[in-house]
Amino acid sequence: MEKKFSGGVLFLDRSDINTDEIIPAKYLTENSKEALGPHLLEDLKLEGFQAEHAIKGKKIIITRENFGCGSSREHAPWALEVNEIRLVIAANFARIFKQNMFNCGLLAVELPESEIERLFSEFYGKGVFIETDFNHSVFKITADGKQREIAFTISDFDRALVETGGWVEYADKKY
Amino acid sequence: MGQTIAEKIFKSHRVDNPSEDRWVISLDAVLCHEITTPLAISDLMERGKDRVFDPAKIKVVIDHVSPAKDSKTALQGKILREWTQRHQIHDFFDIGRNGVCHALFPEKGFVRPGYAVIMGDSHTCTLGAFGAFAAGVGTTDLEVGILKGVCAFHYPRTIKINISGKRPPGVYAKDIILSVIGKIGVNGATDKVIEFHGPTVDQMSMEERMTLCNMAIEAGGTSGICLPDQTTADYLWPFIKKEYASRQAALEAFQALSSDADAAYDAVIEHDISTLEPMVTTGYRPDHVNPVSAMPKTPVDQVYIGSCTNGRIEDLRVAAQVLKGQKINAGVRGIVSPATPAVYRNALKEGLIEIFMESGFCVTNPTCGACLGMSNGVLASGEVCASTTNRNFFGRMGKGGMVHLVSPATAAATAIAGYITTE
Ligand code: SF4
Repeated sequence: MEKKFSGGVLFLDRSDINTDEIIPAKYLTENSKEALGPHLLEDLKLEGFQAEHAIKGKKIIITRENFGCGSSREHAPWALEVNEIRLVIAANFARIFKQNMFNCGLLAVELPESEIERLFSEFYGKGVFIETDFNHSVFKITADGKQREIAFTISDFDRALVETGGWVEYADKKY
Repeated sequence: MGQTIAEKIFKSHRVDNPSEDRWVISLDAVLCHEITTPLAISDLMERGKDRVFDPAKIKVVIDHVSPAKDSKTALQGKILREWTQRHQIHDFFDIGRNGVCHALFPEKGFVRPGYAVIMGDSHTCTLGAFGAFAAGVGTTDLEVGILKGVCAFHYPRTIKINISGKRPPGVYAKDIILSVIGKIGVNGATDKVIEFHGPTVDQMSMEERMTLCNMAIEAGGTSGICLPDQTTADYLWPFIKKEYASRQAALEAFQALSSDADAAYDAVIEHDISTLEPMVTTGYRPDHVNPVSAMPKTPVDQVYIGSCTNGRIEDLRVAAQVLKGQKINAGVRGIVSPATPAVYRNALKEGLIEIFMESGFCVTNPTCGACLGMSNGVLASGEVCASTTNRNFFGRMGKGGMVHLVSPATAAATAIAGYITTE
């Protein structure tokens, strides 16, 4: 469980990154999740951003506000997942995107804006690694030999979804 | 303390509270289209759960790319077709009977006041125009909706927007909703319901209310809702006349479901439209809006009239009125897509199609197509389109293309002038 949500960090220094930027609509005709892989963040509007180079080896995204706004496409979390990005940390998320993440058994964690700001100012541009202790709700952040811990909260329901591997299994058992 | 309509719907549909603020509610309708449903179907099959909770409550359409444009989109249609046959889902709208989902399903009477509805499509909020809680969801939520007829939400918190003031001529529902989004921002209603109130809304037709609610998601809203009234009851009457003794009886039943006068709102926003002008988006976010009059002269390559926002008969009437007896600019590709077969037929009968064709517009079949850059009018990089749709994201109508969102009246005037204008 821990390993799944740990790894190198990709910082996306912008708010309102929409699902068209995460995965462009033209790939919605794909009938498999794997086919989305190479197109993650292909249309992201961010100065100097080159998707292929930036994503390589990263398992976690840290970004600002309203991440995943726009279309309801679950292709967005899938495109992240097939690139092994299973955790997104942001100041807040668009509702559908956040729900989609947990429904797939992935993690979308909100931290206070001041904390996000601090992460950007302390760690942006550095090789950052996060180890997630899911059971104790703590991120251990390492960069430049420095280490810091940040506690996070998610609801019991979201936690249960991650633990059962998503909403389909959860709902089919319970309802 | 009174309750909002969304709170009443949640209470009457409650199944479970898996955690404090989370509500699992039962669904009256689960709507499906060919972009987000096939992957839900194949996932259910992989899990050995190829079942549906109630075939009569599942409504299905092929609308996003129709006719299929390549073998991938053809496969998406095929998966839906076989699935509806396998599970005896009778309300399935295939080519010839299909139209843009959020325009077609209300036309068929599938949405009622007090309903809880989901669809794997963000603009499902359109259906809130009927006093329903209608929310767009992702594929997994859709999958569970299909399988179990339930969906999980946060308890609904509601923003009330009071729209008032005499509507200036040339200002349409689209301009009003663009101005609302400009005011509250793309994140202004995230995870909240927007209730549209006020004399302006009371006077609107169901079509206009749908335009209003359609773009609630552009402010992050879960559902846009208009409270059911006489207009709602009149629109639905052909579908409900066997259920109620009279229109008055239907209206009374609907009003009992409606928000109480003393309901609690997260915020109440007053929005006076008496000095509002026709609006246009100028950036890549739907809250980047300005009056058309304040915009520098912006030439366009394409004008698109259609979609779940503005592809209904009233929209086509307004555009045709502007186009009548005029030719569109030689540098502009004009494309109109009536949102449903009924809209198309009525437009034919009323002579609107003739006006569009005479002016130089291309009339396509009902489909989403160009709205999401899939078919029937995709932009080339660097091209500019004035469009009656709802999203101006970078690349939305084609990679590298720019979209300016406008009303059908502004779209038509723009097609004639060749640049964005209301005249
Ligand atoms: S018309 Fe456009 S916004 Fe509406 S459902 Fe189709 S693709 Fe979505």
